[in-house]
Amino acid sequence: MRSLERWGLLGLAVMLVVVLPTLNALPAGSPVRVADFTLNLFGKFLAYAILALGIDLIWGYTGVLSLGHGVFFGLGAYAMGMHLMLEIGTRSVYGNVLPDFMVWNRVTELPLFWKPFYSVPFTLLAVLVVPALFAYVFGYLTFRSRIRGVYFSIITQALALSTWLMFNRNAMNLGGTNGLSGFKSIFGFTLNSATTQRALYVATALCLCAAFVVCRLITRSPAGRVLIAIRDSETRVLFSGYSPAAFKLFVFVVSAALAGVAGALYVPQVGIITPAKIGVLPSIEMIIWVAVGGRGTLLGPVVGAIGVTWLQSILTPSYPDLWPLVLGGLFVAVVRVVPDVVVGTTQKLLARALPPLSGAGVRLSGRPDEGLRPEEAKPQTGVPHIP
Amino acid sequence: MLKSLVLALALLTGLVAPAAAQSARAPATGGPSAEVAKHISDVASADATVQQDAAVALGKTGDRKILPLLEALREGSVYVRSLPGGKKETVIVGDKVTEGDKTLVPLFRAYGREPITGPDGKPLLAELTTLEEVPTGRSLRVAIRPLIDAFSGQSDLVNADPATRRAAATKMGFNGDAATVQVLETALGKEQDRWVRFAIQEAIALIRLRTGTDAERVAAAEALGRLRSASAMEPLQQIAGDPQSPPPLAGAARDAIKRIERWGLFTQGIEIAFQGLSLSSILLLMALGLAIVFGLMGVINMAHGELMALGAYSTFLVQGWFTAYFPGHFDYYFLVALPFSFLVSAVAGFVLERGVIRFLYGRPLETLLLTWGVSLIIQQGLRLYFGAANVDVTSPRWLSGGIPVMIGVQLPYNRLFIIGLAAVCVGAMYLLLFRTDAGLRIRAVTQNRGMAACLGVRARWVDAGTFALGAGLAGLAGCAITQIGNVGPELGQNYIVDSFMVVVTGGVGKLLGSILAAIGIGGLNKIIEPGMGAVFGKVLILVLVILFIQRRPSGLFASKGRYAES
Repeated sequence: MRSLERWGLLGLAVMLVVVLPTLNALPAGSPVRVADFTLNLFGKFLAYAILALGIDLIWGYTGVLSLGHGVFFGLGAYAMGMHLMLEIGTRSVYGNVLPDFMVWNRVTELPLFWKPFYSVPFTLLAVLVVPALFAYVFGYLTFRSRIRGVYFSIITQALALSTWLMFNRNAMNLGGTNGLSGFKSIFGFTLNSATTQRALYVATALCLCAAFVVCRLITRSPAGRVLIAIRDSETRVLFSGYSPAAFKLFVFVVSAALAGVAGALYVPQVGIITPAKIGVLPSIEMIIWVAVGGRGTLLGPVVGAIGVTWLQSILTPSYPDLWPLVLGGLFVAVVRVVPDVVVGTTQKLLARALPPLSGAGVRLSGRPDEGLRPEEAKPQTGVPHIP
Repeated sequence: MLKSLVLALALLTGLVAPAAAQSARAPATGGPSAEVAKHISDVASADATVQQDAAVALGKTGDRKILPLLEALREGSVYVRSLPGGKKETVIVGDKVTEGDKTLVPLFRAYGREPITGPDGKPLLAELTTLEEVPTGRSLRVAIRPLIDAFSGQSDLVNADPATRRAAATKMGFNGDAATVQVLETALGKEQDRWVRFAIQEAIALIRLRTGTDAERVAAAEALGRLRSASAMEPLQQIAGDPQSPPPLAGAARDAIKRIERWGLFTQGIEIAFQGLSLSSILLLMALGLAIVFGLMGVINMAHGELMALGAYSTFLVQGWFTAYFPGHFDYYFLVALPFSFLVSAVAGFVLERGVIRFLYGRPLETLLLTWGVSLIIQQGLRLYFGAANVDVTSPRWLSGGIPVMIGVQLPYNRLFIIGLAAVCVGAMYLLLFRTDAGLRIRAVTQNRGMAACLGVRARWVDAGTFALGAGLAGLAGCAITQIGNVGPELGQNYIVDSFMVVVTGGVGKLLGSILAAIGIGGLNKIIEPGMGAVFGKVLILVLVILFIQRRPSGLFASKGRYAES
């Protein structure tokens, strides 16, 4: 039965990586051809799905809700965006070697931190390492001091807010509110061509598959069981002789690196990155993808990310005022009325036909916060106190 | 009625006007002296020099009845009309009336601006084309401006309102006309009010600094230094920087600049502290609600900021009702808005708690997401109903202005009010929690929900009530914020992160911790802002909070014992 599940996943992967782009490569006019626009849209969705996987790892499996993943997404995206900006070179509007916004802001020399991004290997490395390193430092400081639960969520939200504020400043030399845009080519290939976009799509799909495999390996390893144990009772894990902080830090860093990759894949396909994509609201929207899909499962976040962003791309153009209401409604509905909509329901259906989809020890049904969490179920604090 | 009026007008213009012009010859009683009369006719001269001299001479007379003429000269509404017998009279014309293809104007006497009446006692209307316009060049207008200011300044200097007197003195000092020193000195002799005296002294010194003899200028520079006059900085710096200034004057100017600068730093410090304190008060009102709700139910309410926005918009609504139904009592709208915004937010909070939050106890992360969703809905609802732009809330008159404490420092009433409001709310919360039965129940449920429920406390209702109370406090904060900030749909978002920082730093459910953390964070915000900008201020505070929590993971005042977080 395990093999059935594997075949299913493999089929899905083939569908995304091979079939969709092949259909796109068909000559125009073919009845089953996937339009360039649709493929590009899917490329964006899949990039978001990678991000959602990362969030699921830290939230769904470890029970740590980070409201600042937009920051890591943004770091990866800006790293890639900086390289693409430099690749424009003198093809820009002002014909200057410097990016247009720097000419506009009267910057005469390329700032030092931009220079390494001329190099392709450095950029690819930075996409992974910069978010990971940042997550390491931030995570070290917070997990070490045993900041957990809602405290951690609030601190990460403040992180998202301050990063957003910083990136909005022109003095940061990152394009201010307008962000980075106007890219011409990536690694020498014109971004405007359908072939490049298809290649980017395939790269995104492959990365998603790789991320899925990595997450699966992590969650099924003994370390993965500790993560779930931390989610269900951190204190008990601590008393069993494990260091929850170290495990959480590890997952946080992996999750941030995944977010960075997602950002780097997002930028060339969408063609622009602005601070508005990395602030408080986008960070929390990412959470809802995972919540809708079903956390604590690996397929759920992928489905959730694609589904919610798809809905958004359908609704936003025709009813821009409606989307925030729908989004807010989704939050309420997912949490209150029908938790783990997609995967939870699918699973019940599957459970009739098949033995559990889940891997060893991964509880697919039931909400992570339910059950064995006495310290959570009980009010945590003492009397409001005025001495 | 209208018909007869039109008829009268037609008669006047068509038939009577020439006759009327002849009959309106008699000079008004109490007319100008011969000298002034000559100047008045000279003002209409075609020779610009003669005209200007006459205007200045008129201004120097100090006769208040001359003021309308000077003002009319500036507006270009002075004309000359020919009287029968070849005589000419300088007149002021009023607003134009168009009658068919003719343009008619009412006429006024140049001296005292009394209306010139026709033989029938009605105001005389003349055709504009029969009059000769007095040309007023730019140089003339520039020359008479200080004269007009001196006139209005003189009357304002004896106004009953001290603020008007101050403003008049400051304006005269700014204009720097040597002729006004006399007036100012007379006024200074009679002035009792401390702040007006200061403004007059400053004005005299400023004028002397610009126009006096060398010795007077040195004395004036010293006086300005003693007065710590901020508005003297610019002229003093000019003098100090000018190599042609005589050395004693330059030296005095430099000394004065130093004194003023030092004082400026001092007053700036006070102002920052005060602004920090009022920001802290807002944060405190926000954090108070958040803290008791979190302390009691372990619920993080992300919609708290939107409950605050609801309070602010309620204030806007109350203002609208007062403008519509009780415009005479507009100033009292704020007194109604305070309880109203509390009520609106409290009801919203109650509905929120009963509707959704109560199903999610013990699952703080889910509650956080759910309330975030609610906040999106409220925010978008406000945007759809009130529009995306900021709405305008006017301060009632009794909250505008402020108390001048010392030179260069004024404590605005609205900020004082907010600080007072926060203090009252904290006091009321203390009394409620520790001196009433309801407070006892809240504390009991906070300490041990199960035991309290066993002893007959209806924990669910305590939850709902407390949540409504916290929401109401947010509404009060929203009402207060209309007086010092913008009211827009994003209002809540701007304060929510800061108020969470307060809760985290202060320790959850701790009133004193919240107070200290609010003062600390609000104060730091305002201290860092001028030097490093608001953005770095926010970032730095985040870093400081994280570092602080390293030392004290549960905030300033952690719960101890078995109720402490595991």
